[in-house]
Amino acid sequence: MTTLTGLCTLFAVGLLIIILSYIAYRGIGSLNFRFLVDSPRPVGEGGGIGNAILGSVVLLALSSAFGLPLGISVGIYLAEVGKGRFTSAVRFIVDTLTGIPSIVTGVFVYAILVLPMRHFSAFAGGVALALIMIPIVARTTEEMLKLVPHSLREGALALGAPQWRVILGVVLPAAASGIATGAMLAIARVSGETAPLLFTANGSRFFSYYLDRPIASLTVQIYNYAISPYDEWHAQAWAATLVLMTLILGINIMVRFITRKRF
Amino acid sequence: MSGVAMTKVPAQTVAPRIEVRERQEPPAQKEPGKVKVAVRNLDFFYGRSQALHNISIEIPERIVMAFIGPSGCGKSTFLRTLNRMNDVIPATRVEGEVLIDDHNVYETGTDVVDLRRKVGMVFQKSNPFPKSIFENVAYGLRINRLTRRHSELEERVEEALRDAALWNEVKDRLKTSALSLSGGQQQRLCIARALAIRPEVLLMDEPASALDPIATSKIEELVFDLKKQYTIVIVTHNMQQAARVSDTTAFFLLGKLIEVNSTEKMFTAPNEKLTEDYITGRFG
Repeated sequence: MTTLTGLCTLFAVGLLIIILSYIAYRGIGSLNFRFLVDSPRPVGEGGGIGNAILGSVVLLALSSAFGLPLGISVGIYLAEVGKGRFTSAVRFIVDTLTGIPSIVTGVFVYAILVLPMRHFSAFAGGVALALIMIPIVARTTEEMLKLVPHSLREGALALGAPQWRVILGVVLPAAASGIATGAMLAIARVSGETAPLLFTANGSRFFSYYLDRPIASLTVQIYNYAISPYDEWHAQAWAATLVLMTLILGINIMVRFITRKRF
Repeated sequence: MSGVAMTKVPAQTVAPRIEVRERQEPPAQKEPGKVKVAVRNLDFFYGRSQALHNISIEIPERIVMAFIGPSGCGKSTFLRTLNRMNDVIPATRVEGEVLIDDHNVYETGTDVVDLRRKVGMVFQKSNPFPKSIFENVAYGLRINRLTRRHSELEERVEEALRDAALWNEVKDRLKTSALSLSGGQQQRLCIARALAIRPEVLLMDEPASALDPIATSKIEELVFDLKKQYTIVIVTHNMQQAARVSDTTAFFLLGKLIEVNSTEKMFTAPNEKLTEDYITGRFG
């Protein structure tokens, strides 16, 4: 048994390592400082992905700002507040939403935001990514809150704390690292999304800070470069992939550091 | 106070048989205090099953009352009706009155938060919050806004920890996690946490059942000291413990209150046959 499970683990981890090292091998060549800060240029003139890095960060910040509070609130509702049939229905819907293909979310946001606004925007991109995050965050939050022993809630209630203070002051902090892990997973998941952004934030070849205009993102940039016929852009797509993966790794490490066990 | 000192609970805990400690309290303190908690015709239901049947009892001020009885007899349920902790369990129902200082706590419009400030509770399993020792004790003070300045908060925390006989053990590490304390210390921390908001009644639900004999004797000593200031109701499985710490004992069986009597009388010459059978170990 040990041998079998060990071999399977080795196989899975080995595949991952192969993927990561292949990306690093293909990407490292085009990677330099200018590549990280410049905006794209026409083929043959170099150029970089600075605008796409900025765009991805803006999109992730936007989607986290919408998605995390909403998702965590839904999770709190499911675990602490709601009872009965309505709550079961909400839980079922949230589970279903988790499984919706992200391109469907993209088309949906295109219909409700992009069409009325008549143009692509960073805002629409953030909303699309947030919609993907909410069910993931909600369910992990619920599971983490359920792990907090009931005796802690009773202890706080017995001291005269109203329910909302019990949740905010005792239950949430006790589950904080678990909830942060869920949030991190959700962020990591959406930072790799391309399809919903094609319909919403679209992409841009320039630096943009404006939320009501199209904005670049690493994933869309990678997609555009990868399907282009130019070798130089292919190489840049590999390098951008390497940057994206480093970004996700960075988020992971950061969240782990913030939520490290103190008590 | 007269010169006669209150006897402390002896440190040795495993008595060979039930012995009621000789009390040397001055007669002035013996005189029955005002009734603090009065319960009238209380019925309690978990869904359709009735857990408590028509319970009436009066608990005078500043005494220790012990609830004894076999598992599932309703003593913990009854204890939890006194500060409405059963409210948080869905599909429960209460009928009858619980009067604390002549005010029915089940009256509509009763502020449960106020009630629980007045009637503190210590649970069977110690349940410190995953915060620092200081923050655990300060929690009740903070949420009830009982202190104005930080220095006052610190004083109240120290006072509570002293009252719970924990101060000397933790005073140098107030900022460390409460979860780093031993089981007995954690339970005393929970007592300190309950004492910090200065309740008038303290409910203890088998506070020493998960502790070793030394920690148990510390808790018992503490209970004995605390009754100078508080009315204490303690649920216990351990009859020796009831005999050691309480002034009055109530015996529950199958959701009914069988007998309430002074502890001394209860363990030597109970009025009811059922009580005698239980105490002498014929069942339960």
